[in-house]
Amino acid sequence: MTKSNIPFNKFYKLFNILSLFLILISFLLLIFKGLNFGVDFKGGTLIEVRSLDKSLNISDLRKSFKNLDLGDVSVKKFGKDNDYVVKFEKKQSIEENFIENIKIELRKDIGNVFEFRRVESVGPKVSAELLKSGVIAIALSLGAMLIYIWIRFEWQFSLGAIAALFHDIIITLGFFSMLSLEINLSIVAAVLTIVGYSMNDTVVIFDRVRENLKKFSDIKIYDITNISINETLSRTIITSMTTLLALLSIFIFGGAILKGFSFAMILGVIVGTYSSIYIANPILIRLNVTQKTILKEEKE
Amino acid sequence: MLYFSKLKIISVVIFTLLLSYFSLSNFTKIDDDFFKKNINLGLDLQGGSYLLLEIDNSPVLEQQIQNKLIQIKKFLKEKKIPYKNFNIIDDKKISFEINNEFIDSTSNLLKGKDSEINPYYDQFKTNQFELLVVGNRFELTYSRYGLIQLKSSSQNQAIEIVRRRVDEIGTNEPNILKRGNDRILVELPGLDNPDRIKSLLGKTANLTFRFVTQNEEESFGTERLSFLDGSDESIVSKRIILSGDNLIDAQPRMDSESNQTVVTFNLDRVGAKKFARATTTGVGKKLAIILDGKIISAPNIVEPIVGGSGQITGDFTFQSATDLALLLRSGALPAPMKIIEERTVGPDLGQDSINAGILSLIIGFTLVVLFMFVKYKIFGLIANITLISNLLLLLGVLTLFEATLTLPGIAGIILTVGMAVDANVLIYERIKEEIKNENNKILAFDSGYVKSRSTILDANITTLIAAIILFLLGSGPVKGFALTLGVGILSTLFSVYFIARLMTAQYVIKNKDKEKLI
Repeated sequence: MTKSNIPFNKFYKLFNILSLFLILISFLLLIFKGLNFGVDFKGGTLIEVRSLDKSLNISDLRKSFKNLDLGDVSVKKFGKDNDYVVKFEKKQSIEENFIENIKIELRKDIGNVFEFRRVESVGPKVSAELLKSGVIAIALSLGAMLIYIWIRFEWQFSLGAIAALFHDIIITLGFFSMLSLEINLSIVAAVLTIVGYSMNDTVVIFDRVRENLKKFSDIKIYDITNISINETLSRTIITSMTTLLALLSIFIFGGAILKGFSFAMILGVIVGTYSSIYIANPILIRLNVTQKTILKEEKE
Repeated sequence: MLYFSKLKIISVVIFTLLLSYFSLSNFTKIDDDFFKKNINLGLDLQGGSYLLLEIDNSPVLEQQIQNKLIQIKKFLKEKKIPYKNFNIIDDKKISFEINNEFIDSTSNLLKGKDSEINPYYDQFKTNQFELLVVGNRFELTYSRYGLIQLKSSSQNQAIEIVRRRVDEIGTNEPNILKRGNDRILVELPGLDNPDRIKSLLGKTANLTFRFVTQNEEESFGTERLSFLDGSDESIVSKRIILSGDNLIDAQPRMDSESNQTVVTFNLDRVGAKKFARATTTGVGKKLAIILDGKIISAPNIVEPIVGGSGQITGDFTFQSATDLALLLRSGALPAPMKIIEERTVGPDLGQDSINAGILSLIIGFTLVVLFMFVKYKIFGLIANITLISNLLLLLGVLTLFEATLTLPGIAGIILTVGMAVDANVLIYERIKEEIKNENNKILAFDSGYVKSRSTILDANITTLIAAIILFLLGSGPVKGFALTLGVGILSTLFSVYFIARLMTAQYVIKNKDKEKLI
């Protein structure tokens, strides 16, 4: 196999502008449209209902639930044809047999042609705590990455890697906002894994950049990054491919519960791979990284 | 990097085989006492109910403040210190006034290590109550640790009662744990309809027997309570004849005379005496049986009840009588509790999730294996064997620690499959580069391993950091994901650096003269 020689660095500007544009749009979406928080973070109740009768359709279900005085009710298809997810604001309270009563009322209304496969009910205190710990987890992981890279590399690299991470998280969340996809606990897990993956990808290229900087004193960082990206390109592609294959398998065959999670991950892997090349590297150039940058560090 | 000592080879093989045995033991039915370990399935896979309960400590707090006030009054009397204007502010502050000449001596009695009335916690270096003296006014409020002490003591009592109630219902292997100092987590595997348990856990089950009175001017005070069925109200005395504490047993019965379901109870000695005395003097009166502030029934006392046993009538079904008996047997909670989080998964959905998880694992695995074989041929084969042993190691470690596998946990395993080959890819790509400048194949392979090592470590440590943080801060199923992802990274590093390197070394040394090795 011959080494590729693609002039990635020619497109730095173009893709930086594209990224800035995407980040801007994501920000606007996050501010004005916001995220569609699930019961984990908003509180409320989720019931996964399976209908056992084909004639029972979504509008019947919607109507029956609306009659129950549960606050704002949403009914959506979920996975298979006869599965639905019902969400509403009202949550488990001191009121006894809350779920049982809903079942009884529904039976009166549409007959015994359904079963509850899953119930999640989260009180306001718990959902606030879950949201807080989710945000803390993401912030903490970013901080830990920053410190780790700082220790292993120089601060310029650290900055480049973190910028790439922010880029990935914001664009992933922007996508979720645009498509109104639900944010729940597993999405936080996905975001953290994206952080790990994107970092992993960036580190591989950075390691090579550093190695090449030591090797060639007469080549500018602008070209060093390009050489390094090309040298690691086949690895980048192969690893992204195998990871995407695994994720696609979860997305397609892993059932409805893992759909959101695997979608976020697929998005994150693509964006993360892109950002390792087009966000992390241009920052090294902007920060004027030279051979001296790393040699100085080593002397100290 | 390609040299292995015999000892190293043997230990790698033994270690791998041992963990593989553990991981395979999940799928066999061999009854082996020594290796009898299994991965636990999370509630989302086996079906079951997760309930988070929160204790509302405010009634306990109020009660304790009341008690403290009485204690302090008595204490000051004993010490012959005149006081005035005792009262409780906002249900949480005791306040009183002392004559000027006693201010110093009183405040010394109420604080410090040796205070008799205000216990000192050595481990926290603080008293139970904080004392604030303004002029001649004394104010006592719970200190932070006094409050923690109070909460954890009521949590300890509550968890005991919860355990008894759950055990009485007889679900298999319930998991009951403390969370923080005012929460209790109840995990009930295999239970797809937790409504009964929920209603049982939601009840304080504070039972009292008190006389119904017409006279509102009773010395103990009276209160107006409604009946359980909401049909009526009645004025009852605040004087407690008997409480649930004196009960030693309670059972549902069919009363043969009235053909009604009743709950019969037996009292301990003290309770029996009290009950006999009260029912003797109270013949003709109505005795209200009150549960959590609602009157169950208020029968007439026809004759003294001296045997230490009795029965509660009410509008019971057999189910509700059974539940009431259960609540009375297991005792009252120190404070009311609320369910603040519930997650219930039916067994069907759990099984569906397992099937979907396994299907996607098989497909994901097959795709990755095919891809690697097509890309790297013989070395792809090595990477694939590594991948299999990696999976066995991962499952083996999870089994060894009897970890809980959740649906996101399965996703973590599949993701590990996708990302695990990365290390081998990094090494092989590096070797390809080295081979261009190095004629000696063995040296090229060696330097390929050496030069890629720090990159591989960096790349894996970053993912490991994310997994650790997620494990520490995540909850429930997500923790399972962090666990498999984190353990997956460690097993990947092991299998790449020991198993794959061993195989690569053997192959390269045998085929070093081949023209196109990789």
